[in-house]
Amino acid sequence: MLIRKPPDIPASEITPLNTYLRRRDLLARGAALAALAAVSSRSTRAALLEAKKSPFSTNETQTRQADATSYNNFYEFGTDKADPAANAGSLKIAPWSVKIDGLVAKPATYTLEDILKPVALEERIYRLRCVEGWSMVIPWIGFPLAELLARVEPLGSAKYVAFETLVRPDEMPGQRGLFQPLPWPYREGLRLDEAMHPLTILATGMYGATLPNQNGAPLRLVVPWKYGFKSIKSIVRISLVEKQPPTTWQALQDEEYGFYSNVNPEVDHPRWSQATERRIGEGSGLFAKRRPTLMFNGYGDQVAQLYAGLDLRANF
Amino acid sequence: MDMSVQNRRPVLAWPAWLGPGSWGLYALGFIPAVWTFYLAVSDQLGADPLKVLERSLGLWALRFLIVGLAITPLRRLGGPNLIRYRRTVGLLAFFYAMLHVAVYAGLDQGLDLTLILKDILKRPYITVGLVSFLILVPLAVTSNATMIKRLGGAAWQRLHRWVYLAAAAAAVHFIMLVKAWPAEPLIYAAIVAGLLLFRVADRFRKPAFNRTSTSKRGQS
Repeated sequence: MLIRKPPDIPASEITPLNTYLRRRDLLARGAALAALAAVSSRSTRAALLEAKKSPFSTNETQTRQADATSYNNFYEFGTDKADPAANAGSLKIAPWSVKIDGLVAKPATYTLEDILKPVALEERIYRLRCVEGWSMVIPWIGFPLAELLARVEPLGSAKYVAFETLVRPDEMPGQRGLFQPLPWPYREGLRLDEAMHPLTILATGMYGATLPNQNGAPLRLVVPWKYGFKSIKSIVRISLVEKQPPTTWQALQDEEYGFYSNVNPEVDHPRWSQATERRIGEGSGLFAKRRPTLMFNGYGDQVAQLYAGLDLRANF
Repeated sequence: MDMSVQNRRPVLAWPAWLGPGSWGLYALGFIPAVWTFYLAVSDQLGADPLKVLERSLGLWALRFLIVGLAITPLRRLGGPNLIRYRRTVGLLAFFYAMLHVAVYAGLDQGLDLTLILKDILKRPYITVGLVSFLILVPLAVTSNATMIKRLGGAAWQRLHRWVYLAAAAAAVHFIMLVKAWPAEPLIYAAIVAGLLLFRVADRFRKPAFNRTSTSKRGQS
């Protein structure tokens, strides 16, 4: 007689293989949710974020957190580098929602919680090269933009992604008064293939914690092979579009700032050289030798093929 | 006529050690430079101390140029006559411009002469800034009494009118090196423009003013 021996573990308790394989992701997600709860309750206080490491990270010396959070270009809070840190405290980042519309099958307005719930946060230590000729190395925490775009199902006709920053003059002093350096909202854009590239992330944190307001809380873009101004902060709208969208700096000074704005040491800004950069924090800040700027900010191996056949001098 | 005007106006009661050309006045003028250098070496200028130092020195050069240019309008518009302080203010502007250039060449560009030369030729804002500085050099060199005598008053004055161009170039240099149109460089440019326009207006006004004063004198 054949006696069927019951297995030690009931089938119902066996973790499905793909869940098992993603156990670290799930841990990270749990941590992200915990962090979110903290974000929602205290909007301005940084909360710790758990994130898994990424092979895309550089092992270069990271910029001091104090420097990266006090030396910012975020004209919504003023044009001086110290203005954002001084003024961004007034920005209310909870509740926060992002409208995703345009050429997508599932347009929706997502809350920040909706956006972060299904993603596994990663730490991405990236070089940041500002168009002004300085650079930093920043440990971002975020997730690939491609994951969010996949959720809204871009239509075949979508060729570009347009982004918009919040407009809230009551909380953003740079958006009120007589002298307003830029037209609002701040707009940026990427080609769809650039947006879907695995290096392109939406960041919600840096240095192991949620983003400080001056760095673009609660959700910002990070595109490490382009000049810093492409990495738009405090995003409230993402639109999939067919035609190349207008971007703030290009609209302001077309001959100085192009749509692509890839880091390129051979194509100078009309008013200054882009061949070298000063790494913030090096040489006590005063005696640092300028570094040569790298093509695509050193991410050429990953992104150069996106621009095969494109004249980078004409499409700067 | 200037002498009588000067006598009628209240003279500022400055102590002698702060008088025109005194060490006290120069020491006062160099406080911003010393202070900013101190902040820079003690890591109190934030993430990019070099840029802040460079900008601050340039900005103080522009400020002293503005103060120097404001002395004549101030007197003409009925304010105190500070003409004897103008040489000190002008020299301070020159020294700050020199420190600004030295920090740019020495610290920012690491004395890489090919890089600097390329910058000067290719970057209009550097070219314009350098023009401003180069104009100040002969003005500083001829700022002493011996040179005034040797050149003769009229020629000396003609030479020193170049300061108008130096100030205009400095203001334009400031606008050209920033992104977008922030308020600060525009405000400085407006002040410089105002001070230069005053000279233009004054030139048209002066003959008429002189005529009335002569005719009045004739009547009395």
